[in-house]
Amino acid sequence: MGREKLYRAEAVVLHRQDMGEADRLLVLYTPDHGKVRVIAKGIRKPSSRKSGHLELFARSRLLIARGRNLDIITQAELVESFEGLRTDLSRISYAYHVAELLDRFTDEDIENRPLYDFLLSTLQWLAESENLSLTSRYFELHLLDYVGYRPQLFRCVQCNDEIQPVENYLSAEEGGVLCPRCGEHVPRTRPLSMPVLKILRFLQTYDYPTCRRLQLRDAVSRELELVMELLLSHYLEARPRSLAFIRQLRRERQLKNKTKHGTM
Amino acid sequence: MSAIAKPVERLIEAFSRLPGVGPKTASRFTFFLLRGSDNLSVELAEALQQLHTDVVTCQQCYNIADESPCAICGDSLRDATTICVVEEPLDVVALERTHAYHGLYHVLHGAISPADNIFPDDLRIRELVRRLEAAPVEELILATNPNLEGEATAAYIQRQLAGKKVRVTRLARGLPVGGDLEYADALTLSRALAERQTA
Repeated sequence: MGREKLYRAEAVVLHRQDMGEADRLLVLYTPDHGKVRVIAKGIRKPSSRKSGHLELFARSRLLIARGRNLDIITQAELVESFEGLRTDLSRISYAYHVAELLDRFTDEDIENRPLYDFLLSTLQWLAESENLSLTSRYFELHLLDYVGYRPQLFRCVQCNDEIQPVENYLSAEEGGVLCPRCGEHVPRTRPLSMPVLKILRFLQTYDYPTCRRLQLRDAVSRELELVMELLLSHYLEARPRSLAFIRQLRRERQLKNKTKHGTM
Repeated sequence: MSAIAKPVERLIEAFSRLPGVGPKTASRFTFFLLRGSDNLSVELAEALQQLHTDVVTCQQCYNIADESPCAICGDSLRDATTICVVEEPLDVVALERTHAYHGLYHVLHGAISPADNIFPDDLRIRELVRRLEAAPVEELILATNPNLEGEATAAYIQRQLAGKKVRVTRLARGLPVGGDLEYADALTLSRALAERQTA
């Protein structure tokens, strides 16, 4: 009887919160236990042996002791720091977004190994991607798949007719696309243009190496972001917070570019 | 909880709202004060009252202080051409303990962390930019914490200052005194190696 006192786990750090004198509460995502909350003792002291191994978004191998309430990390060894992601403010902002969504869309102690692998891939993509917003949309759409909210993009969610290449509607509550006839009678929908629907279908159907080659016009990219935000906000019952930071950085960059190229 | 007198219950409730204090510790504090000499309770009450009436935020560096400008900003012997940017007032205390820094400070009151609802506008970054515009300095030392939130905040500030004539530096990152090489993470060790100095 009795559980083992120590267990091994690999994990990615999703979120951290200071606790007590020098401790931190960490939210981790692991392959075998899904999301877990553990304590890292003394980690805020510069002399801590663990601090550098448990940075935000880092992948580490851990030894964890079962505690009465929360488990406690006893050893940590960095496996992958995704350094490309740490040195660039835009990449950091997208990584915050990915970690926030994963944290909020998952429950504790529910194993989802494919989702863990998908998280690792996403962090790697974000460290290298040339089009961060496209990478992020790919993650959002497939995250919905992994947690059971895959949106229906090929048939009308009400009459089950095949969606025609016209302007259709999207309903977060109904979980997918509505044909123009049905969409008119459903409250809280938003129009969904054909180019954006095509991109959504493409992202849902193909793997990342294929999708990363897509080139989106600014208008399409913007609508895509709003459509995904609508879906995510519906399931979260709140807006994803990190998106605000991504948008602020983008606004400031555009403002700077405008002033740089002279006043018109 | 109705078995306990109202004032006692009220204090326990208040204590348990403090970070790191649970209901058990809160009760222990309360009963310690109840049984102990009157002096401590009175002292504590006075200190608490003064906390909000007698403490101000320095309007130059945004540190908490007795007056504005604070003792550091008002000290003419300090080097006003250097500003050290820190996350928290306690970081100022830590840097002052070194006796190795003689410039001024700027306290941000946090670090960027979108998931916790802390955005650039919640920090004193705009005030910093304005301060630099009003009175240019030679060097700005970014002393935010060497973790991701601190790095993001430092990177954001650097971005805001692009094109301004100020030398921006960052505290060196490397091995802690008393540390063990074998326990160092690859990131810290590679930085320590890259920024090594002639012995």
